[in-house]
Amino acid sequence: MSTPRPPLLLTLVHACAALLAAACLLGTLWSGLDERGTALAFGVLVALGELTRWTGAQGREAAPLGAAAALSYALLGELGKEPTRHGVAQVVAVVLAASLLGSVPHIARGRPVLDQLARRVLTVGFAAVCFQPLYNQGTFHGWGTAYALLLVAILALTALCDALLTAALAHSRTRWPFGPVLRDELRATLGIGSAVCATGAVMALAVAVVGLWALPVFSLPLLLTQMSLRRYAGVRATYRQTIASLARATEIAGYTPAGHARRVAVLSREVGRDLGLSEAELTVLEYAALMHDIGQLSLVDPVPAGATAVLPVEEQRRIALLGGAVVRQTGVNPQVATVVERLADPCPEQPVAARIVRAVNAYEEKARDAGPGGPLKALEELRLGTAGDYAPEVVGSLARVLARDSLGMPVGG
Amino acid sequence: MVGEGVQMEAIPARARAYVACVALCALACLLPPLREAPSPWRAVVLLAVLYAAGEHVAARWRFGGTFYPVLLAGAFLLSPSAAALVAVPGALLSRAGQRPLWTRRIWRAAQLVVAVWAAARLHGELGGRDVVVSGDFPYALVPAGAAVLAFCLVLTVLDGGIRAFAERVPLRRAWRGLFLRSLAPLTVHGLAGLMMAVLWRSPYGPVAALLVLLPMCVSWWVFAQYHRERAAHQATIRALVQAVDIKDGYTRGHSERVGQASMMIARELGMDDDRVEVVRFAGILHDVGKLGVPTRLLRKDGPLTPEERRVIELHPEYGHEMVRGISFLGEARAAVLHHHERLDGSGYPYGLMGSQIPEPARVVAVADAFDAMTSTRSYSRARPVSVALLELERCAGSHFDPRMVTALARAVDQYGWHPAVTADDARTPVSRPPVSSAPGAHR
Repeated sequence: MSTPRPPLLLTLVHACAALLAAACLLGTLWSGLDERGTALAFGVLVALGELTRWTGAQGREAAPLGAAAALSYALLGELGKEPTRHGVAQVVAVVLAASLLGSVPHIARGRPVLDQLARRVLTVGFAAVCFQPLYNQGTFHGWGTAYALLLVAILALTALCDALLTAALAHSRTRWPFGPVLRDELRATLGIGSAVCATGAVMALAVAVVGLWALPVFSLPLLLTQMSLRRYAGVRATYRQTIASLARATEIAGYTPAGHARRVAVLSREVGRDLGLSEAELTVLEYAALMHDIGQLSLVDPVPAGATAVLPVEEQRRIALLGGAVVRQTGVNPQVATVVERLADPCPEQPVAARIVRAVNAYEEKARDAGPGGPLKALEELRLGTAGDYAPEVVGSLARVLARDSLGMPVGG
Repeated sequence: MVGEGVQMEAIPARARAYVACVALCALACLLPPLREAPSPWRAVVLLAVLYAAGEHVAARWRFGGTFYPVLLAGAFLLSPSAAALVAVPGALLSRAGQRPLWTRRIWRAAQLVVAVWAAARLHGELGGRDVVVSGDFPYALVPAGAAVLAFCLVLTVLDGGIRAFAERVPLRRAWRGLFLRSLAPLTVHGLAGLMMAVLWRSPYGPVAALLVLLPMCVSWWVFAQYHRERAAHQATIRALVQAVDIKDGYTRGHSERVGQASMMIARELGMDDDRVEVVRFAGILHDVGKLGVPTRLLRKDGPLTPEERRVIELHPEYGHEMVRGISFLGEARAAVLHHHERLDGSGYPYGLMGSQIPEPARVVAVADAFDAMTSTRSYSRARPVSVALLELERCAGSHFDPRMVTALARAVDQYGWHPAVTADDARTPVSRPPVSSAPGAHR
């Protein structure tokens, strides 16, 4: 089908990173490594951090230890009260080599690492360019507290750049709107990103005071963060599986066709993304879409083919209310229950998520059995026939998403 | 509010006396600075404000941690009595949650004061404060480690004491495991505190020390999120079960009780905690496949035809189909599929025999039959526990694994059978005819 045009931005970012990496590697090879012990210690930490990387949610910082160690090496001025001499080239070269080494198992397993490496090289390069030349000239000598604040400021700037870069990469890969993606990235930066930055600054300062002993001592709190993050990601994944199983209840009970809830959820998420919903809103939307038919469990006899979109409005509303009652028991965010309850309300009164689920559900039901021309005909019906039931902006977005991803529903499910 | 009142009356006089004793000790620890005002007041005030603010924020946002790093940094930086003072405002202003507020707050403050004082004292005796200033690593880890040990020891001893007095737990049981459980997190807190102290005394000053707290805070926040999500997840599992209740009212509470009985059997068999949890979930979810059986059939009034019986016997397969996507359930998924198999191969869906049947499935089968016999169904009255156990023993070997039956008998003998009573019990079951009189043949 229509392949997206070659993402120019992506190529540009990768080319920049490659150029910087090559220049720094050559420079370091030319002049040799200063202070090998320090370089080795930081390199080992970066490689370890990279080894423990896991595939986090939506490509968020999943190797906090590696990132913090790389940043602190970029901002390392003194070592045990003696000034260091390494420059930008060495910082980037060491971090790149260590990251590559740590990525070997991930590459072997066929996971994509190019984006992460490009980001790492560019952000570390940025921080080092801000700090090392001025430090080596002796500008910051005797700054005291101001020095600590300076490091924090540089790291904050670096984090901003990283968020921009990540959002740009995500935008050019997936064609999701840039604004909401950037907003989500910035929000994530406040959480784990701030921990990474603070650890980076603290490591650089502590190494300046007590020498390399600070590295293992300081990695511990961050490792703890990493562990709790992993557990959190784990329980979130489990939770999603359980919700999906609950959603399948209607399919197994024979109320709705197999795979219906999952397809509606996937498509709703795409539409929500296109309409610029935030990550948290998308989660609510996804859960509501998964469980939108759950009210049918309370019916003694199944609706024919589970098609609720063709039922009288009164009946639709009753099923929606029953569904909301079930969802309220599940302990998910109460917003999900609200969305499910209001699925059948007139669309001006509905929350956005409910409008999306309603339109996507109707599209899925209409397009399902309609044969080759089904998707187009279904869209047309949504657009023309019942303008009062389906929000025009949602239908428009649905058309865009379908055209873009050619996410046509598999005919007959 | 009633519950809280009961709590308040439940604090016995000797516990109050114990609190008063510890508070007196704490006052003795605090006295020197009040008399002579040595040590840098600026640092004491800064740390105290930091601790109080941190505790306040943590309580409001329900973080999963306490600001021990601040207290330990104080212990590494200041004289014992000054360090002990740091803990006071934060503890006295804390949200105690339950009544009586002031007893709890005073207890908290006194306990922390004594613990911090002991830690700071030991740290000072080992020359720790000079090491912190000179940044002499790795030697700095020795006094800091000793101080953390002392802190942990004092906290756990005092905690065990109050539990022994207030809840009448025997002392040995109150203390058991308390120390080891708190040592690991306190070690991490101690390292963070040490770094705070070192940076505080460095040219970069207290600002740099503050940065140490940020990763810890993020870690606590994530941990709190984790617990919230986990609770939501468990509620969802329960909702899966309740979805069955919507269709089939007569089994109310059955799933939870089977989960409980399965857990008792698994414990008695000496399974490790993770596996016990999996078996409990298997018990809770064993009938989830009934969602796939038409509601008309489940609620049918009158005898079932063989045809209908066959449809109902599909429920283990439906259940397996539903839960197979939930990866954390692990073995529990097989248990859902095979909980109607019998040892002699006469069960369904596959007619497995003996050890071919997965172990959790054999556990759930026994628990299921036990609860079916001991709870009132429309087609049969509840039988006494002893009669049900005898009946199970009669069928052990042919239907049930004798090991599981013995384990259940032992567990019930030891702890009794007190199924969690839910509010739904008042509901009268839909009347339905008997399906079969043999235990284990219920659906």
